[in-house]
Amino acid sequence: MTIHIAIQPAPFDLAREVEALSRDGVGALATFTGYVRAGDGLTALVLEHYPGMTEREIARQAEEAGRRWPLLGVSVIHRVGELKPGEPIVLVAVAAAHRGDAFAACEFLMDHVKTKATFWKQEKRGGATAWIEAKASDDKAAERWK
Amino acid sequence: MKLLYFAWVRQKVGKSEETLALLADVSTVRDLAEHLRARGPGYADAFGDLARLRAAANQVHVGFDAPISDDDEIAFFPPVTGG
Repeated sequence: MTIHIAIQPAPFDLAREVEALSRDGVGALATFTGYVRAGDGLTALVLEHYPGMTEREIARQAEEAGRRWPLLGVSVIHRVGELKPGEPIVLVAVAAAHRGDAFAACEFLMDHVKTKATFWKQEKRGGATAWIEAKASDDKAAERWK
Repeated sequence: MKLLYFAWVRQKVGKSEETLALLADVSTVRDLAEHLRARGPGYADAFGDLARLRAAANQVHVGFDAPISDDDEIAFFPPVTGG
C-alpha cells in the first residue's frame, strides 16, 4: 500500500491525485473532497496545524486503515492557511481492488482526520475572528470504528 | 523539555513554544499543565480548565496522566477541528 500525505496552502488537483493512485489491481477508487461551506456571513477560514505531528498522525491512521481493509493506496491532502468559502480544503482518496473496502476506508480516514489530525480552524466573519469548537458529532462518527 | 502551544492556547500564553527544565515534582502531563497555570495570567487563562485542553507527547496524542521526561516535546492545544 502506498501512502501519500501532504499539508499545504496550495489547492490540489483531484485528477492528478487519482491518476497517481492508479495501477494494476485497482478496481475501485473512492475520493472525498471537503469544501469551505459558504453562508452565515463567513468570509474565510484560517487553518493552522502542528507540523510534523499532523503528518505522522495521518500516516498512523492510514496504516490502521491498511490493517483493516486490503488497500492499494491512500492519499490525504489537507490545506492550511486562509481559505475562502467554496474552496476545497481536504482530499482523501483510497484505492483498493473492491469498492466496499475503498468506500469504508475513505470514510474511516475522513472521520479520523476530523478527530485526530492536529488542525485548528478559525472563522472570519466581517472583522471578527473566532476559533471553531470541536463537534461531539465528529467524535461520535469516529467512535463507531472502535 | 520543549513545549509547544497551538490555536487559542498559543494566543493566551502569548508564544508558540518555549523550553523548560523539568521540575522534581512534575512527572505527568497534568502536573506540567498545573505548573504552567501558575506562571502568569495568560497561562492561568489557557490552563484554567484542563477539560478544554488536549496534549501530545513527542507528537503522539496522550492523556493527562501520561508520564513526561526532560527530553520530551510536549504540546498543548484545544480539541482538533480539521477536515
